[in-house]
Amino acid sequence: MKFPLYLDYSATTPVDPRVAEKMIPWLTEQFGNPASRSHSFGWDAEKAVEDARADVAALINADPREIIWTSGATESNNLAIKGAAQFYKGKGKHIITVKTEHKAVLDPVREMERQGFEATYLDVQENGLIDLEAFKAAIRPDTSLVSIMFVNNEIGVIQPIAEIGEICREKGIVFHVDAAQASGKVKIDLQELKVDLMSFSAHKVYGPKGIGALYVRRKPRVRLEAQMHGGGHERGLRSGTLPTHQIVGMGEAFRIARLEMEAENERIRALRDRLLAGFEEMEAVYVNGDMEHRVAHNLNISFAYVEGESLIMAVKNIAVSSGSACTSASLEPSYVLRALGRDDELAHSSIRFTIGRFTTEEEVDYTIDLLKQRIGKLRDLSPLWEMVQEGVDLNTVQWAAH
Amino acid sequence: MAYSEKLLDHYENPRNVGSLDKNSAGVGTGMVGAPACGDVMKLQIQVGANGMIEDAKFKTYGCGSAIASSSLVTEWVKGKTVDEALNIKNTQIAEELALPPVKIHCSILAEDAIKAAIADYKKKHEG
Repeated sequence: MKFPLYLDYSATTPVDPRVAEKMIPWLTEQFGNPASRSHSFGWDAEKAVEDARADVAALINADPREIIWTSGATESNNLAIKGAAQFYKGKGKHIITVKTEHKAVLDPVREMERQGFEATYLDVQENGLIDLEAFKAAIRPDTSLVSIMFVNNEIGVIQPIAEIGEICREKGIVFHVDAAQASGKVKIDLQELKVDLMSFSAHKVYGPKGIGALYVRRKPRVRLEAQMHGGGHERGLRSGTLPTHQIVGMGEAFRIARLEMEAENERIRALRDRLLAGFEEMEAVYVNGDMEHRVAHNLNISFAYVEGESLIMAVKNIAVSSGSACTSASLEPSYVLRALGRDDELAHSSIRFTIGRFTTEEEVDYTIDLLKQRIGKLRDLSPLWEMVQEGVDLNTVQWAAH
Repeated sequence: MAYSEKLLDHYENPRNVGSLDKNSAGVGTGMVGAPACGDVMKLQIQVGANGMIEDAKFKTYGCGSAIASSSLVTEWVKGKTVDEALNIKNTQIAEELALPPVKIHCSILAEDAIKAAIADYKKKHEG
């Protein structure tokens, strides 16, 4: 085993060696600008870009002409939310999203609020899924845009995208989905799903960082206001010279995902279930988020009466996340877990394990043993654990909050 | 987060972990913090007839800095009189462990734990 063990595949993934190999010639030899129309350097690069576009489209059953290259899912989300809200502002200025969305959705929505839009942030149920009735009730005559993630980055739950899409289409509301955590993990068929805009990232799918895509539906056509102006690349929706090597990498990563996803998910699910079974041999261990509507590789778990950061320090041999990677530097417990209505002390002790392509059974077994040993040690240190062993109900204690 | 070697040592090998009999006359117990805030410290002191702190034990639910801060103060209070122990300041704890700015509250909590333990001891011996 190579230490530290990497169990943080939802933060990012290593570039698959097959992907890296395919990218390299596009840096050194075939370095042409895909927008150059007057020589073979440009033509070759353009062909590579279009082949990759077809590979990305194929994974999600879309038309290649519906794929716009961006720098990643954050940019895709910004382009989708700001671009659609601005274009359709004549129809209405109300946006619906969810409290457990990634910051790359929440912050653009906040920005639209600053620009005079109104927003509704839906609560989730205890299992992390939205309540469709509550969603329907939140829709107003002036609702112009809905943005709901496919798979939650922290707890891995899969939102009912098909059902939400039906409702949005019926009401003529533009529906954006952040699918950064879903691509290569769940089947996405955009001929079936009534989704208008969908964001993708390469680096969550064993591709390189710095490249992503936005799906923009052609039938019925969805329109956006560009957020990046310049040479008119990507049909004017996203100007900027295309990074051929990155795009080739994303294409290859998505092509491999299409071919291997099914078998890979089965293998990963078995490892995840093994990990969970190992942890459940301990007392006071709780899974966060629905287990049924969940991607195969995610296990977000709370070890009660043990604080999150000290646990992360205790397991420094394995790379995992406490909360999401973007919030783990702050002292606040994860806003996603808070939205589930979990007790604060549980929120403080959650760890996200995310398994991936290169995780082995040996690594899973090592992780189980390490956690059992370290949780035991930290609980011996924990006054909360001591009180619980003595039969004290922690909810009845008068804490001196500070 | 980059932690100092001293802090990591206290975290990896915490000193004086455990509990004293909270009902014993010579024992003062301080419990500070709240689970909702991410740290709870329980500090106990055993005070001898001469007013010297003879033993100290702690249990802490919290981050690495909180565990290290409480481990450190159990070492510091031992051998001090109750009044001397009251002079331990959070800034000394923060300096000794080189706490990063976002973790200063852990040293404040450790100081509060000493004060609470001593207050509990004194309450037992009033009148």
